[in-house]
Parts: sequence; C-alpha cells; structure tokens
Amino acid sequence: MMENSRVKDFFHKYTMILVMIVVFVLFDILTGGRMHFAQNLSNLLLQNAYVVILACGMLLCILTGGNIDLSVGSIVCVVGAIAAKLMESSSLSPIVIIFISLAAAILIGVFQGYLIGYSRIPPFITTLAGMFVFRGLGRVVLDSRTISIKNETFLNIFTSYITVPGLDNGMVKYSAIIVGILASVAFVATTVIQRSKKAAKGYKVASIQSTIVKIVVISLAVIVYCWKLANYKGIPVMLLWVIAVVAIYAYMTGKTAFGRYFYAVGGNEKATKLSGIDTNKIFFFAYTNVAFLAGLCGLLAAARVGSINGDSGTQYEMDAIGSCFIGGASAYGGSGTISGAVIGAIVMGIINQGMSIYGLNSNWQYVIKGVVILIAVIFDIKSNHKNMAKA
Amino acid sequence: MAEKILIMKDITKEFPGVKALDRVNLEVETGEIHALVGENGAGKSTLMNVLSGIYPYGSYTGDILYNGEECKFNSLRDSENKGIVIIHQELALIQLLSIGENMFLGNERKGKLGIDWDETFSEAEKYMRSVGLKEPATTLVKDIGTGKQQLVEIAKALAKNVKLLILDEPTSSLNEESARMLLDLLLNFKKQGMTSIIISHKLNEVAYVADRITVIRDGSTIETIDNKNHSIDEGRIIKGMVGREMTDRFPKRQVKVSDEVSLEVKNWNVYHPLFEEKIVDEDISFYVKKGEIVGFAGLQGAGRTELAMSVFGHSYGQKITGTVKIHGSEVQLTTPKEAIRAGLAYVTEDRKGNGLILQKTIRENTTMSKLEKVCRHGIVNTDEEVKLAEEYTVKMKTKCSGIEQNVGNLSGGNQQKVLLSKWLFADPQILILDEPTRGIDVGAKYEIYGIMNQMISEGKSVIMISSEMPELLGMCDRIYIMNEGKIVGEVNAKEATQEGIMEKILISDNKKGRENV
Repeated sequence: MMENSRVKDFFHKYTMILVMIVVFVLFDILTGGRMHFAQNLSNLLLQNAYVVILACGMLLCILTGGNIDLSVGSIVCVVGAIAAKLMESSSLSPIVIIFISLAAAILIGVFQGYLIGYSRIPPFITTLAGMFVFRGLGRVVLDSRTISIKNETFLNIFTSYITVPGLDNGMVKYSAIIVGILASVAFVATTVIQRSKKAAKGYKVASIQSTIVKIVVISLAVIVYCWKLANYKGIPVMLLWVIAVVAIYAYMTGKTAFGRYFYAVGGNEKATKLSGIDTNKIFFFAYTNVAFLAGLCGLLAAARVGSINGDSGTQYEMDAIGSCFIGGASAYGGSGTISGAVIGAIVMGIINQGMSIYGLNSNWQYVIKGVVILIAVIFDIKSNHKNMAKA
Repeated sequence: MAEKILIMKDITKEFPGVKALDRVNLEVETGEIHALVGENGAGKSTLMNVLSGIYPYGSYTGDILYNGEECKFNSLRDSENKGIVIIHQELALIQLLSIGENMFLGNERKGKLGIDWDETFSEAEKYMRSVGLKEPATTLVKDIGTGKQQLVEIAKALAKNVKLLILDEPTSSLNEESARMLLDLLLNFKKQGMTSIIISHKLNEVAYVADRITVIRDGSTIETIDNKNHSIDEGRIIKGMVGREMTDRFPKRQVKVSDEVSLEVKNWNVYHPLFEEKIVDEDISFYVKKGEIVGFAGLQGAGRTELAMSVFGHSYGQKITGTVKIHGSEVQLTTPKEAIRAGLAYVTEDRKGNGLILQKTIRENTTMSKLEKVCRHGIVNTDEEVKLAEEYTVKMKTKCSGIEQNVGNLSGGNQQKVLLSKWLFADPQILILDEPTRGIDVGAKYEIYGIMNQMISEGKSVIMISSEMPELLGMCDRIYIMNEGKIVGEVNAKEATQEGIMEKILISDNKKGRENV
C-alpha cells in the first residue's frame, strides 16, 4: 500500500519528464537512431528556442486565469521587421537596434497590458485584435518584401557557437564538455548544500536515495547533452539566451513575492484583491512581459532564419500556449510552472522534429500536435477533478 | 384533522464537521400557509434544500412523505415534477432574457420547428396576469424592478403547475408596499387551494400570513405555533427563535476597555456598485476603542457587510463619502492595500469566494495578505514562511495533515481558522470579523472567541458582524443595531437582551412601513 502510493506520487510528480523520455525513445526507434545524432540534438534546441522563451511569457498570462495572448506571433513579426528594416536602411549599431526593437515590443505590451489590466477588456479580444493589427503593421514595415539580414555582429549575438581558440580547433569542441562537467558539479554541490542546510534547520528533506537518483540522472543528462554539442559545433549562444530567460522566470515565479501573486490572482482574484494586492498591475505586467519576450523572439527568429517576411512568427502563439498546457499549466489558471512549460516546449519540439525526420506528411503533423495538446489538457482536468473529489 | 400534504420526519443532514439538521420534523397541512422561522444558520434553507432534492436522497437521513407517498428526490427536477417549487432568495432569472423566455426556460413550448414563440408569450402573459403583472411578456427581466421579478418567479412556479410553493425570504429585497402585495397574493392563492411554505425573518409578515409557524433553532425543531386567527404576538415567536440556555459558551475575559478610540467612521454613505441610485449604507457613524469588541447586529441585507467592506479600502460600492479616523488622525483608504497598511483587517463572511484560494496550500494562504513579512528584497524566504505558517496552525489548532495541504480539502471550521490566521499574520490593529462563526461547530467557535479575547488583551480592537445574537451578547462590549442601511440603535451588551434588539429592528421596519403608506 505504502509502496503503491509512493510509486503513484513519483509518476504524478515526474509525468512530463517520463513522457518526454518515452516520446524521444519512440521517435529514436522509429527513425533508426537518427534522433540522437549530435546535429539533431543541437538543432532540437535551436529550432525550439523561440517556443521555450515564448512559453515563459505565456505561462504568466495563463496563470492569471487561463488567459492567453494570441498576438505574440504577430509581435515576433513586427519586431523582427523593425530590426531588419533598421539594419538595412540605417547605419545604427546592431546593439542600438536591438534596444530599439525591444523598446518597441515593450511599447506594444504596455498598450495591450493597459487595456487588459486597467480597462478590463477581455484578454482574448484585446490580443485577437493585436494579432491582426501587428501582423499588418509588420507587413507595412516590410513593405511586403522579405528582408534578409547580413549584419554579422547581429547574427553572432544570437546564432554563433562558443569556440575557445586553441581548445576547440579540432572536430571535438572540448569547451562544451568542460562547461557540461562544471555545470554538473555546480548542480551537485548546490543540491547537497541546500539539502544539508534544510536538514540542519530540522525541515523535512527528500530521502537520500531519491536525491542521489535525481543528482545522477540530471548530471548525466547535462554531460551527455554537452558531449553531443561538443561533437557538433560546440555550445550555441542561443542556448545561453534560453537558459538566461528560463532561469530568470523560474526564479521569479518560484521564489519572489511578485511571482507568487500571479498564482494568487489565477486562484481567486477577489480574495487576492482583498488581501491588498494590486491585481490590475499583475495583469498589466503579464501582458507587457509576454510582448517583451515576443520581441526578443522576433530578434532570435530573424537571426536564426537570416531573414524576415510578412509570415514570420505565424502560429508561434499556438506553440507557446500548447507548451504551457502540455507542461501541466491549468486551463483555469492558478497553477503551472516554468519548468513544466519548458518541458512542454521540448516535448512539442521532439514530436515536431521526430515527425520531420521520420518523414511524416506535414498535414499529419498538425493532427498529432493537436491530439497531444488535447490529451494533456484532458489529463490535467481529470486529475484535478479527482483531487477535488477527494476533498 | 386536516389532511397533511407534507410530512418530513426525523430529517438529519450533516456537512463535514457540522450537523446542520438534527432530527427535524415538519408537517404541513393541505391548503395552509406554513411559516418556517429561525435565526440565520438555524437550518431553514438546508431543510428546504433537502425537500426540493438539491441535496439528493441518501445524503440525509429521515423520511419525506408528500401526499402520503414516500419521496426520494435526486434533483430539483424530480421535486418539480411532483409540483414542489422553491423560489430562492437570490432570484434565478436571467436578466438579459425576456420574461416569457425566463418563464419557460428548460420547459420550452415547442412547435413543429423549434420554439413556438406565440404560444410562449401568450401562455406567459396568462400566468403573469394571475399574479398581477401587466407588462408584455417580451419585456426583458432587467427592465423590471426586484418586486416584479419576484412576481415573475411566482408566475414561473404557476406555469410549472405548482402544488406546494416554497418561498425563501421572498420579501427581503422588497419595500413594504410590494411586500404587502406579495403576501396578499399568497393569501389569494391559498383561497384557491394552494399550499405554501414561507421562510422569513420579518415576523410581522409571518404573523400576517401564516396559519401555523414552525420554529427551528440550531438544526432542531423547537415548536409549531398555531396562528389560525392571525393574532399571535411577535414576542412569542422571538422567544421561540432565540430562547436558548446561555451557559459557558463564551470564554471569560478581564480586559478593561481603554478610553482611546482606535477607529472612528463618520457620516459614511455607500451606494450599490451597479445601481448607483440605490443607497446601501446611509449616514453611518460608529467608533471602536482599544481593547473593545464592538458588535453589529441586524438581519441579512441590513448593510453590515457592505459597511465593513467599504471602510476596508473601498472594497464595495461606489460614491463613498464620509471620514475614517485611525488613532485620531484622518486617513484615506481607497484600496485594500492602504487599509492593511493602516492596520485594518477584514475577515470576510464569504471565505470561499472572497477569502481563500482553495487550490493553494495553507502556507500560501496564510502569508498572502502580508507576504513582504517573509520577504527580503521581494524574494520569499521559504524557510521563514514555513516556520510562521506552522506556528499559526499550532496556535489556531488547525486540524490538517500539514501546511502543504490544500485549503480546499479542509473542513469549514478549519478553513475559517486558516482565514483568521491569514489576517492575524498581517498584524492588524483593528480586526473586522464578518460572521466569523458561520457554519462551524461549537468547539471551533469557542476557539475563535478565545482568539478575539487574545486580540483585545493585546490592546487591539475587534469589530464583529454577526447574525447570531447570543454570540454578540456574549462577546461584545457594545452593539450597534443596523437595519436597511441605517444604524437604528446602540446598546451596551451587558444591558441588552435578544428580544430588545430584535424589537428595535422590527420597530424600525414598522416605522418605515408607516412612512410608505
């Protein structure tokens, strides 16, 4: 009985990670092992960097009560277009252009955030309008052309690989392996220190076995992944961008008071308001922030593809929303984590890439993606329902 | 011996942690108007929900005999099919649909191709005329007043071929004139042979219409009083409603009230948040001293919750005017945040709707109203948070599996303790408690009283809004009596009696009635 419930707990806690592993292994078998080629593993990340970053922003919106932002794909387009146009037609330095583009994104976010947070226009309507408006403005800026990006500095900021002269001249980029090992050591050290600190204060800690399993699995995963990167081109700069964004938002939602308020608003807005929390500000921030991250994605996407056109960023919002829900965010708001959203994004990425390598017709790829999202939400609602019934 | 249309025998209904009904008996004769009276929370509405199948067969024990036949209702629909229709205090009409559409909602008049609108509206008007409504049936519900909406509900019940009509506080939101009209309508239906059960706080109305009166107190039937010749004294009913023994239900305290006034509200006016013409609280002034517990007595809808919430950072209403002084200096509190900073805390009566986040843990709920207390530079110190949350569960004797348990899984009394923890955590100087003991058992009540005493012994002030009069008399130093948005009396709790307070409310009702005539 005891064992049984522990197994259940384990599955409940790590469902998404297990799903991720199963999906990966499944496609690896289907594609005859091509999924774990170094190049494919590296590309898996690069191709989905934008989804991971957008999912972090989208999660905050979803937390406030299952609200979504439909306009992010269009913001990606308009911000990418502004950057491309400025690089083409002005002599500003790429750094300045990046700041101008991000400022434009924040401006868009403030506009939508104000309408949603302070004028209380429903988010769905506001961002639906935004989806059309900013897609159109993007095309106006581009003048219906495709603008390619040739500025080397700009491209390097987002798409280069880290190479250390002398160390990484050969086929294997040793710097990646070293970073991987250092990261693992740092992870092991912080876990151990935190655990002993907790134990010293007399708080409940996870059992020693499960801690060891966790340390071993995660460190191994990090080292193996870095080993694969080393065998391709080394650590992509884009990985650093993704890690930075994920770390900031995971910290904010998990550790800060401000982050806690997003969950509170989604859980019970009236009670939150009566607890002296400015709920309007929470909505305002969520939508300003997601536009800012969409702007960042606009730059990433422009650099990765090397060009921007009127259709850039189409349906990015759907990928971001899907990631959050696959990652366990509640469709009614109030619960969900950044790590869940990231895993959701990776699962979607694995499915996309696996299906492409396998050679599945792209029409079917849509069907499968849709089914996966639906199953994830049904699972969430059913399991929550059960928990409620227990009460 | 008259024929009995309804016999409810030994009805017992339990909610987690509370026995709402304890072997209640109710007998209603065919063709009579039977009144059900009792204080808030006595179990009247629960009993009617059992009868109408909202609480399905099996969730309670006891027997229901309707026209001599045993009933096992599983839903509202089952009871309606038998001709039992209940009209709730909050009307179940859809504002943006027409009267006709509302009347046949779920019971549509169908033609060959969809709804037959001609029949719907002409049928509707037929029933509307019989309750004295002259509007066309295509009028939207939002365009008629509350009194007429009440009549629409009755017409709707008639359309369902009602044999036993149950009205829960039908006149609570009506003025004297519409109330009298409604009661006369009931008397009229009685002549035509309809049976009704009326739940009401307004004892003058009960005395006017009811043939027999059943008094319920604390989930038990106390007595059934005969009123066939409509000559009963209201005092007689009040005695049945409140007459309980007062032994050691309240903890003793030895705190001297200081002379220093901690909160003073003057000339406070609040208007309804949606209907800006409707005044909810009118020209209210009150104060509370350090070390004092001040009570607010009144019936539902007297404007007490609205008063408290509007003082607490304008959380209710609009066009709010008046002054608030805290420790002698005037303050502007326009958001809950400012109110909390000024040392106020408002513990809501609606703990699920306005108080707690049910799907979050005890820990998160406890710290919510002053999270910065466990934060440094905006970063939550989880260790500190865990420690404090645990302290509160121990202090409040909250029964839970641990502070990581979701609040939604706790019983009502324990949820109330978490709610109280949440506000004590904010270190208030003035604690406003709105129905702090509603729906919780006696033991938990006693503990909550103890916490109130603890607060005032620390030199803080407590304001308690309660519909349970013994509790007000047992715990408070002074009691303000409110009715219809006004303060109609202020009494020293030591000298006050329940009958006296009830009389003040009723007298103010009658006065108002006379003004209207």
